[in-house]
Amino acid sequence: MTPKRIIKIPFEIITFLAMLAALYAIFLYAPVEKTMGLVQKIFYIHVPAAFLAFLGFFITFIASILYLYKRDLKWDAAAFCSAEIGVIFCTIVLITGPIWAKPIWNVWWTWDPRLTTTLILWFIYVAYLMLRGVVSEHQRANFSAVFGIIGFVNVPITFLAIRLWRSIHPVLITSRGINISTPMKHTLALTFLAFCLLFFCLLKSRIKLEKMRTDTEMVSALFEDKIHYQTN
Amino acid sequence: MCLFSFLVLIIFSFAFGTGLKSFKGIIPGILWVAFIFSGLLGLSRSFGVERDKGTLPGLLLCPVSPWEIFLAKMIGTLIFTVIMEIFTLLVFTILYNQNFLPFLLPLGLVIFLGTLGFSIIGTIFSAMSSTTRTRDVMLSILVFPISVPVIIAAVKATGLILDGTSIQTVFSWLKILVAFDFVFLLLAYLTFGFIMEE
Repeated sequence: MTPKRIIKIPFEIITFLAMLAALYAIFLYAPVEKTMGLVQKIFYIHVPAAFLAFLGFFITFIASILYLYKRDLKWDAAAFCSAEIGVIFCTIVLITGPIWAKPIWNVWWTWDPRLTTTLILWFIYVAYLMLRGVVSEHQRANFSAVFGIIGFVNVPITFLAIRLWRSIHPVLITSRGINISTPMKHTLALTFLAFCLLFFCLLKSRIKLEKMRTDTEMVSALFEDKIHYQTN
Repeated sequence: MCLFSFLVLIIFSFAFGTGLKSFKGIIPGILWVAFIFSGLLGLSRSFGVERDKGTLPGLLLCPVSPWEIFLAKMIGTLIFTVIMEIFTLLVFTILYNQNFLPFLLPLGLVIFLGTLGFSIIGTIFSAMSSTTRTRDVMLSILVFPISVPVIIAAVKATGLILDGTSIQTVFSWLKILVAFDFVFLLLAYLTFGFIMEE
């Protein structure tokens, strides 16, 4: 067993334990909220997932810039994997949000700036993943890096435009008024930690997988070349 | 493009029937849907024709920078889109009996800024999507999410102008349009070279 392997295993185990602890804290430690009731517990999943979706897209943005600057394909792989995980967390946010909103706001969806921006963000990065699927191999890294940068730069402008757009009409719900008790804060901190660990755990194994995929492709290409060479 | 926008206007009049005359608020929406859907048709041709005829390598061999190719393509798209929009406004005037003449100058400015932003991102993504098999589908999937601020700002500003409000209220929307155009021109300047690499 190499030293590298010894470090690797605990990280995933820690993530697993942290997720278990987070589940315990959410359902057993944190008190039931007075007015919202049990449905408030979705908040512990929703908020960290939202944070990690943004983090994922931010990593994509930085990795895209680094790729264009350094021309190292490992940054392209990092941007891709991070966008993929970002989309997963963004989907979780968009699913848990309406589940919470229906009993509390009495609607599944409002065109609040934060909600709308998250939805647009989801569309942008799904487009990013689709673009990677259809572009030919030698252009993929460049195109997706440019799109990764454009997509992220667009986010603040979109947010600004949507905020201005909604402020014309009266907004029914302006703030969620997060004023939570200490056990709730502890739970939130723990779920944040667990989700962050999960995020990096996923990112790490996804990048490893991507590297294995490109390596296999390279080997099989070499192998095919060799066969081709031998038959001729 | 012109024919397509004409058709969009006709479809809208069928879809809304007589309700259209009583509800002024949806006029900017109809206009911009016609502009953007028809504009997208022109965009996909911008680089699509070059790819189909195989003239893009020739263009790249010219002693001009990718940024100049971008500007030329973008201005070309802009001119054709503006022509289509003038035509659409004329048809709209006739079909829906709406007089645009009193608002011509501010409306022209908003439409120009909105179309400029749309053409900038459209040209970048047209260059990208023209290499793919699912060209038109990919172009709309790339362009629409990014053009959300342009669409919101342009539709709102158009609505405010048609309501006859003062230029001050439109100003914040114009700021967003100008900011969008600037930011994306800069991004195109920085990144277009990477897209043109073969």
